[in-house]
Amino acid sequence: MPVFDLSQTPLRALNSALHGIEHGANDTLFEITNPRGSHAVAVGIDRPVNVEVHGSVGYYCAGMNDGGTVTIHGSAGPGIAENMMSGTVIVEGDASQYAGATGRGGLLVIKGNAASRCGISMKGIDIVVHGSIGHMSAFMGQSGHLVVLGDAGDALGDSLYEAKLFVRGQVKSLGADCIEKAMRLEHLEALAVLLEKAGVIGVKPDEFKRYGSARKLYNFHIDNAEAY
Amino acid sequence: MCGIVGLFLKDKGLEPELGALLSDMLITLTDRGPDSGGIAIYRASSPGQAKVTIQSADPGRDFTGLEADLAAQGIRALVTVKDTHAVIEVEIAKISEIRLTLGAIRPDVRIMGSGQSIEIFKETGLPKDVVARFGIRAMSGSHGIGHTRMATESAVTTLGAHPFSTGADQCLVHNGSLSNHNNLRRELVREGMTFETQNDSEVAAAYLTAEMAKGKDLGEALTGALDDLDGFFTFVVGTKTGFGVLRDPIACKPAVMAETDQYVAFGSEYRALVDLPGIARARVWEPEPATVYFWDHKNVAARARV
Repeated sequence: MPVFDLSQTPLRALNSALHGIEHGANDTLFEITNPRGSHAVAVGIDRPVNVEVHGSVGYYCAGMNDGGTVTIHGSAGPGIAENMMSGTVIVEGDASQYAGATGRGGLLVIKGNAASRCGISMKGIDIVVHGSIGHMSAFMGQSGHLVVLGDAGDALGDSLYEAKLFVRGQVKSLGADCIEKAMRLEHLEALAVLLEKAGVIGVKPDEFKRYGSARKLYNFHIDNAEAY
Repeated sequence: MCGIVGLFLKDKGLEPELGALLSDMLITLTDRGPDSGGIAIYRASSPGQAKVTIQSADPGRDFTGLEADLAAQGIRALVTVKDTHAVIEVEIAKISEIRLTLGAIRPDVRIMGSGQSIEIFKETGLPKDVVARFGIRAMSGSHGIGHTRMATESAVTTLGAHPFSTGADQCLVHNGSLSNHNNLRRELVREGMTFETQNDSEVAAAYLTAEMAKGKDLGEALTGALDDLDGFFTFVVGTKTGFGVLRDPIACKPAVMAETDQYVAFGSEYRALVDLPGIARARVWEPEPATVYFWDHKNVAARARV
């Protein structure tokens, strides 16, 4: 079990070790201590490793993750799990802006709150936030699920494509072309699976409202010319 | 990018360490902006006294014999030289007079700031070199603000460095860029404000000064800034007894705050805060967009105003 103390070891040594894991290797638990808000901790993982980060991280932690499980026992700076392909990223504390941005797959769980632009341009990632999220979240979201147990800030789902948004609390305002939609059985089932995967206990899928695209904006329609 | 740090002490026992704490916070953020660094430190003068911080491109020429030359003009002052800057202590009543006198006897000297509490030190170069030149580590104080600059809106010069001070005991540091600063500068000039640079952040500082001159407190002036300033900004501002934070409604520019019983701290990133005493037990949060936060030593209970 490799342990990297980032107050002693350069970040590049950690990330090189993560990138150098051989296919089929079985020593796949990495411990990281003293991250002290460092940028780009555990980026570019492409093996099914487990990484435990003890402390808070800065920009772009676990970016581009493809198959790893990264747990941050602390809070995360901007761009946590940006462009995740697959795997799981868990933040025990809060996350700063654009958490899970552009993610194509995998699961991002934030146990505290997330700031603005959570899930911006999401393309298949599932994001579960136990707390609340800031403004402009899921902007131009294309696919995947954003589940929020708390409240959402201004302009949720602005210019949304086909990402599915579920909010349990208040939505301060919906963005352009984002509307509340009926919660059908298939949505309740998908939500139940996501809540279980994200370790949410005692919260039922029917406590949420679903929001999605009105599909008026992303296909050109002459009656909408003023909105383009 | 630019990096901002700020520290407002509630615990007087920490005051001797203010300069050292701020220096380390600022140096940590060097990679956010290596063009220039600056720090404003607030430490009260003796009763009845005030301070003027001046800067010279040729300190040997301008600071030599300055005390005697001021005395010859009828101004009794104590001059403490710190590298390219000097802090002049005078009676409060002499503040306007000394500004005029300096203009006459030392025309090349620039006034960085003045007031009963503020001292400002800023230069081009890396933060570690800037804090070493001015001996910031040894400075005590009640609160302070630092900035490390990646220049966008004006030249890399001493005067283009932050903090900007446009009123007594006031200063501002800025991460971002304003888009209506030229218009606003023209309006402020008509109101009687003067400007040293073409820098957008100086306009923000002067705007707050002008609003406070109309009777607003810092919180009210910051609230007005949300309507009157266009562009991206995270501001940290200082007054004689207060410390404020404001982010624009889009809030692209990063900000993290921490509060304990001993202090309120600001950093562009959490990295800047990791060595503060008791940080592991601090309340750490990201300030909300378009929300005015300010703290005042006159009323040390934290206030956040929406």
